[in-house]
Amino acid sequence: MTTALMLLPLAAGLAAFLIRSDAARRSLLLWTARGHFLLAVLVIGAYFPGGSLIAAVVSPVPEPSSPWFAYDPLGLLFLGIASLLFLGAAQYAVTYLAAEKRDPGEDADGGFIFNNAPEAVFTGCLLLFLSAMTAVTASRHMGLLWALIEATTLLSAPLIYFHRHKRSLEATWKYLLICSVGIALALMGNLFLGAAGLKSGVGLDLAPLLSGAGALDKPLLKAAFLFLFVGYGTKMGLSPFHTWLPDAYSESPAVVSALLSGVLSTAALLGILRVNAVCASAGLADFTGGLLVLFGLLSVITAALFMLGQRDYKRMLAYSSIEHMGIIAMGAGLGGGAVFGALLAALSHSLVKAGLFFTSGLILAAEKTRRISDVKGLWRRAPRTAVLWLAGFFLITGTPPSGVFLGKLIILREALALKQYWLAGAFLLFLGLLFGGMARVFISMTFGERVPKPGERPFEERAGLLAPAAAFLVLVVLAGLYLPAWLQSLLAGAAANIGGKL
Amino acid sequence: MEIVKPLLQFLAAALLAPLLPGVINRVKAFFAGRKGRPLLQLYYDLAKLLRKTPVYSRTTTWVFRAGPLLGAAALVTALALLPFAGRPSFLSFDGDFIFLLYLLGLARFATVLAALDTGSAFEGMGASREMQFAVFAEPAFFMGLASLARVTGQTSLAGMFGALTGGTWSTAAPVLALLTASFFLVLLAENSRVPADDPDTHLELTMIHEVMVLDHSGPDLAYILYGAALKLWLFAALIGSTVLPRHSGSWAGDSALFLLMMFGLAAAVGVVESVIARLRLTKVPYMLITAFAFSALALIFQMGR
Amino acid sequence: MHTLAELIIVFVILLNLALSVTGGLAACIRLVAVQGVVAGILPLLAGDGAPHARTVIFAAAIMLLKGAVFPWLLLRARDRSGAGKDVEPLISYPASVMLCLGAFIASSWLGSRLPLPDTGVAWIVPASLATIFTGFLLITTRSKAITQVLGYLVIENGIYIFGLALFVEQPLMVELAILLDVFVAVFVMGIAIFHISREFDHIDTAELSELSDWRRGEYGK
Repeated sequence: MTTALMLLPLAAGLAAFLIRSDAARRSLLLWTARGHFLLAVLVIGAYFPGGSLIAAVVSPVPEPSSPWFAYDPLGLLFLGIASLLFLGAAQYAVTYLAAEKRDPGEDADGGFIFNNAPEAVFTGCLLLFLSAMTAVTASRHMGLLWALIEATTLLSAPLIYFHRHKRSLEATWKYLLICSVGIALALMGNLFLGAAGLKSGVGLDLAPLLSGAGALDKPLLKAAFLFLFVGYGTKMGLSPFHTWLPDAYSESPAVVSALLSGVLSTAALLGILRVNAVCASAGLADFTGGLLVLFGLLSVITAALFMLGQRDYKRMLAYSSIEHMGIIAMGAGLGGGAVFGALLAALSHSLVKAGLFFTSGLILAAEKTRRISDVKGLWRRAPRTAVLWLAGFFLITGTPPSGVFLGKLIILREALALKQYWLAGAFLLFLGLLFGGMARVFISMTFGERVPKPGERPFEERAGLLAPAAAFLVLVVLAGLYLPAWLQSLLAGAAANIGGKL
Repeated sequence: MEIVKPLLQFLAAALLAPLLPGVINRVKAFFAGRKGRPLLQLYYDLAKLLRKTPVYSRTTTWVFRAGPLLGAAALVTALALLPFAGRPSFLSFDGDFIFLLYLLGLARFATVLAALDTGSAFEGMGASREMQFAVFAEPAFFMGLASLARVTGQTSLAGMFGALTGGTWSTAAPVLALLTASFFLVLLAENSRVPADDPDTHLELTMIHEVMVLDHSGPDLAYILYGAALKLWLFAALIGSTVLPRHSGSWAGDSALFLLMMFGLAAAVGVVESVIARLRLTKVPYMLITAFAFSALALIFQMGR
Repeated sequence: MHTLAELIIVFVILLNLALSVTGGLAACIRLVAVQGVVAGILPLLAGDGAPHARTVIFAAAIMLLKGAVFPWLLLRARDRSGAGKDVEPLISYPASVMLCLGAFIASSWLGSRLPLPDTGVAWIVPASLATIFTGFLLITTRSKAITQVLGYLVIENGIYIFGLALFVEQPLMVELAILLDVFVAVFVMGIAIFHISREFDHIDTAELSELSDWRRGEYGK
């Protein structure tokens, strides 16, 4: 079933390059996403036979057919995120592509007309990206994991360059180059990891690495973690390495931004968490945790500072992604119960941010500008979009009830429990700053008097664009109110995979 | 006999040195499809110049007259330090490779001072270029000798080349290869050969070395020409002794092989001059920096061994 | 055998130096190709006796890719993008060489401090680290998009040599996946360069500066 999960989007992606008809290709995208989601649900469901959850959590059972790919709860969690997000993205993309076809792109704030990339390339890359992403979540070999994460980079680059104009090209180039170089460093990390296990002969397979972690060469393992952290951290968007991120997120189409922030960054996160688990088993949890907390906090601070003067609402969302990557890294670094919070935050962030990016696409279509100061009184022009926009704001900043709030709360509680008062204080302070900075933007965009632009037609809010965003936001609210038992055990199992205590 | 040998070596070097430019010229002529000057042309030139009366400008002082003599004297002294076919020379002490460097520096200094003494703008330009390139060439040369000292564990030239054997090439091949390349580049630049300078050019704007000696005549010019030949011999001998270390054969056999090597090197310089275009003046430092990089690498390699 | 390997290592370092002084774009592309091929020879020299068939095939694939396919792709990208002949460095060539040398000195210091298993071949670890540094140097101090791709390739070469130094055996499938990734990366970057040249009329990355949070002016104008 794991194999089918990867092959389905792969085959569909290759087919998308060949199909001539737009309608057929779009329905292929939609149905592949649905089929993938169904399969993912089956795989996750198959993991918990008859509700006896914890037993399955502890030891992952690799499928004998392919030792390369197998699922443990951590992989399953990220698979679930990817599949669910892709389902919404496919729904959104189909409607979006139809609209783009009729009304080819016009970038009002650039003041120029541009073309779009061929739809076949876009759809094909989307599907291949899903395939690579699925393989990332299932991969049980560090070398393979590296290759697949790099593959997601390469497959998503054409997606960013969907709108063919200078700025998106600049963003694509930065993304491609910085991430490729970053990931090349991660390859160094893998080599160090291999060298660390040379004496005990464990190789790069995850299972022997975890079981034989104690025999690994400690200094080399530290070097491996450093390189992998910098490499995957670049892709994930942690602070000093995040420079490509606001450009790429803001210049790509909304659906791609959503996938980048919700799915792609989690792929890199998974890479870090995997090697973190190995380090934790080798007794280096203090070292890796310290690094994660440091760079996590740095990311939160960076995001907060850049949020204050922000003039572009998609860049603002991008910085908010950096903030949440920082929070997740902090949670994972603090260890213990915070890991659970970090994973919950990762899940909720992916959903909310995807919803917000979807909504930002609607706003861009309605107002033809990405400049915050040019958007006023959104609720008059597009009332339903405005509601989603505001709801998304409250959810992403961690207003209860939401999964984001729960995640942050758990991390904060753990920081206090560990007597890290300075950390907790700084965390709260910058979260407050972020809340203030974002509140200014969201409120000034949503409310206020709107001056209609000359010759503007009434804006049609398509259900196909609204529904995925709304669904994601509702799911996050629900996660804040009630975590179903299976999700709890999935998160707990995933936390156990990283090295967190229950 | 053992006392005479160093003296014989020294005399051979002093006598044979003017042959090298002749070899270079013949090789170049061969590549250009000409017959070329006689092999012994420099000897004829020297003989002719020595018989002439020098002409001195009224603006010059004793500095101008002392320059060529001092330069030639420094180079002859340097020649005395130089090992011949891996055999010690008659002047040798610990750390004499630094002495060698200073002798070369003294020769250059004398030439440059003499050039400046004429008060001519062209000669001043040549002097400035000479010094500019020396700034890059000397560190490269010094670094090279230092790493050679490090390879052999000796600080006298005689000691270094005496300790260098064929076995060194199999243990420290990268270091020696780098050194050879570096010395060769320095040789080309220091002797105003083609990629750095063109000894045949008579366009003042592009000349470096030649422009400094425009005003010298008669025996003074002869000293300068002879000094240049000695300098070429000196660098060629260093390379020759590095590439072809002593192989403990007979003295005569070694010496013959060494002389063959010297003429081979001169031929190599001729080939380089024939197939490579001259570098733009601003690019010459790059070449010397490359030589410096080679020497530095050789030193690093040797240090970490 | 080790002498030959050491000579190759020295050659790799010299190629780094050459890369840092070479002004011609085509020459740079060829130098990187030569470096890739030379590095590809190294695994054949490891161990005693004849190398495994697997090693030979893999080395051949690497040499073909780095020695023929990449230069071809990059030269094509250069021609189609109408890039000039020079690499147009942001710092002078002597400074580049000095940085390169400094990088090598730093790498040899670093290499002597890393608790790595003994490789038997002197200088392989410093050489690989220096190669990686050179790659970064190319990326950061050259203004053209193609040289940034070259820098990426040089980094890749360095990591490849580093992997050889550590004797980390990866399964064939992983090695091939890595190779495929590098190939696709260069391919995609080549396409991106073509688009950049079409949109901007040149491939000077200094012009790729419209997106920034630091500029206070109105962007897009």
